[in-house]
Amino acid sequence: MNTIINFFFAAVRSGTPLLFGTTGEILTQKSGSLNLGVEGLMYMGAFAGFFVAYKTGNLLLALLGAFLFGVLGALVYAFLTVTLQANQNVTGLALTIFGTGVAQMLGFWMIQSNDGLKPIVNDSMMRQISDSGIPYLRDIPVIGKMFFSYNVLVYLALIIAVLVWFYLNKTRAGLNVCAVGENPAAADASGLAINRIKYVNIMIGGGICGLGGAYISLINGIGNWDNNCVSGQGWISVALVIFAAWNPAKAILGSLLFGAFTALQIRAADFAAEFSFLSFMTKIPSAVYQMLPFVITAVILIISSIRQKKEGNQPAACGINYYREER
Amino acid sequence: MKKVLSVLLVVMLAASLFACGPVEKEDITANPITKDDIKVGVIHIGDPADGAGYSYAHDQGIVGMQKNLSLKDSQIVRKNNVNDSDAAATKTAIEECIEDGCNIIFGTSWGYMETMQELAKEYPNVIFSHGTGYMSDGNNFNNYFGRIYQARYLAGIAAGLKTKSNKIGYVAAWGSDNAEVTGGLDAFAKGIAAVNPDAEVYVKTTDSWFDLAKEGDVAQALIDLGCDVIGQHCDTTAPQLKANAANVWGCGYNTDMTTAAPNAHLTAPIWNWDVYYTSAVQAAIDGKWVEFGNYFGGLKEGFVDISPLTANCAEGTADIIAAVRALIVSGEFEVFDGKQIQVAEDGTVSVVDEALKDNKGNEIVAAGGDCLSDSTITGAINWYYENVVEK
Repeated sequence: MNTIINFFFAAVRSGTPLLFGTTGEILTQKSGSLNLGVEGLMYMGAFAGFFVAYKTGNLLLALLGAFLFGVLGALVYAFLTVTLQANQNVTGLALTIFGTGVAQMLGFWMIQSNDGLKPIVNDSMMRQISDSGIPYLRDIPVIGKMFFSYNVLVYLALIIAVLVWFYLNKTRAGLNVCAVGENPAAADASGLAINRIKYVNIMIGGGICGLGGAYISLINGIGNWDNNCVSGQGWISVALVIFAAWNPAKAILGSLLFGAFTALQIRAADFAAEFSFLSFMTKIPSAVYQMLPFVITAVILIISSIRQKKEGNQPAACGINYYREER
Repeated sequence: MKKVLSVLLVVMLAASLFACGPVEKEDITANPITKDDIKVGVIHIGDPADGAGYSYAHDQGIVGMQKNLSLKDSQIVRKNNVNDSDAAATKTAIEECIEDGCNIIFGTSWGYMETMQELAKEYPNVIFSHGTGYMSDGNNFNNYFGRIYQARYLAGIAAGLKTKSNKIGYVAAWGSDNAEVTGGLDAFAKGIAAVNPDAEVYVKTTDSWFDLAKEGDVAQALIDLGCDVIGQHCDTTAPQLKANAANVWGCGYNTDMTTAAPNAHLTAPIWNWDVYYTSAVQAAIDGKWVEFGNYFGGLKEGFVDISPLTANCAEGTADIIAAVRALIVSGEFEVFDGKQIQVAEDGTVSVVDEALKDNKGNEIVAAGGDCLSDSTITGAINWYYENVVEK
């Protein structure tokens, strides 16, 4: 039983940065912009979050810094694709390279200005990012460990995902966003301010991605700066958007599943030892668990394209720039 | 007259060409050179800026050597973050060093080995010194490594005395096919067995030398299995940080990790690379490189050691470790031999005959048998000691 509880706990922790990235990217794509720069935005957030945490020792300021740096990165993307009508794929890829470079350059500078030693956050910050959980509730057997004993950022990710779901599905403003993503010409005709809606959602989406970066540098890195910390998790988030069918609520389950595969790479043998019918798991190379999320994403893409259901598809105008005079 | 003069000049020119050609750069493998002419190149797999861990430890050795020999900063050329599985990048980094005028080059990671061997032939006037591998050519390409397993055995004693759950976790960079990691783990496990025959060593691998997040996750998985001491053969402090956060104990590696995990850390097997780098560069300066040959120092030379025992260690640890250290330094006990340390009730330490067995029951060395050869220890330990459990 403990094996399962601990595994669930590890899966949630590994999945959370993906949930941030996926939620941010869903919001961006829903407004009609395919931003492939999630990796870069996460790197920018990772640096800003770490730097502020390291300098101030205040988690709230650190998260604010990560969010704003993510917004800043997304602003570059929005300006290029919405105002200047640049190709979205190319701009997104450029943003990945740019964000990675900026974070690594600033990270290098941060190391240099610390007498050449990699910076580590102080003890008070370590406590703020520890898995302290919710008092009293965390002491409940089983459920306490599984649901109430995480660090603050895990709950923040869940709250943001639910809020974005509510915003997109239950509010008028969210409906407008979806209209812009599906058919900007019609939305324009109905009097919506297309560019403003795109700008706002791209930037908020970028900020949420930045928070995912802060999770990686602070929580996964255990308060130690590493220049290569994000290492591909932004790309997994992009895949997860497809897996979650552009629905933030499904993204919660999806990120848990993707996180579970990460945890399985390390814990497969624990299951084999605890349950004899799972003994085959030790024979599967860990690379298979690394690969599975992408295989599942591919399978889901195939299934959804066969079913041809309108719901759960990419927004129709996602990836295509809208230019009013072209109508 | 003019003709004679021109012929004479041509002959002189030709002669000078012959005279100067081969001596464009002095062969420093055999000839002494002045201290000012030595230039040292260092190829790091990571970044000394890590502040702890493998590349940092090597660089501290270089810094120590520079101080010991009072070399100028301009006489050291560092190439950081050179991927050791990328032969082209390795070659570029080394050739950049040579172009910069380096005449002795240290490659600090296993994967540089073959590239260095190749380049040693191409540049016979440059000394190539490769750490952790097993190749050398008896001329300008040598190999250096240390008996870190001796230090790991001592750390194992600290861990074995401390554990209460009798489960000790080990975050290993690679699986049993890597002799460096596996031999180190076996020595650690044998040290544990000497003082705590009931303890088991759980090992999980990260498949990487340096991965903060994964090393932390693996350590957490081991703690979840009930391990209360976390040992490691990987480069970051993450396993010790996790042990610290979970209120269990740990043994770091490469450098003293006590500052990172003050409530958890017991002791860490550490390298004093400056011992080697100083004597190697000195040998090059003296023109005695060929005699210097390969290097495989241990506790005796002060090349490997354990960091000072912290207050977290169990009572009596220091006395037992001091006694065992003396036995290893004197050569009475060699870790990978048919002997084992025995600690009596009153704390007296003695050496007894005991077969060296792997965890599948195979006998590696018979009771009382001789220590494995150095080449076996560095290149062919692919079995786990009897108390090791793969997880």
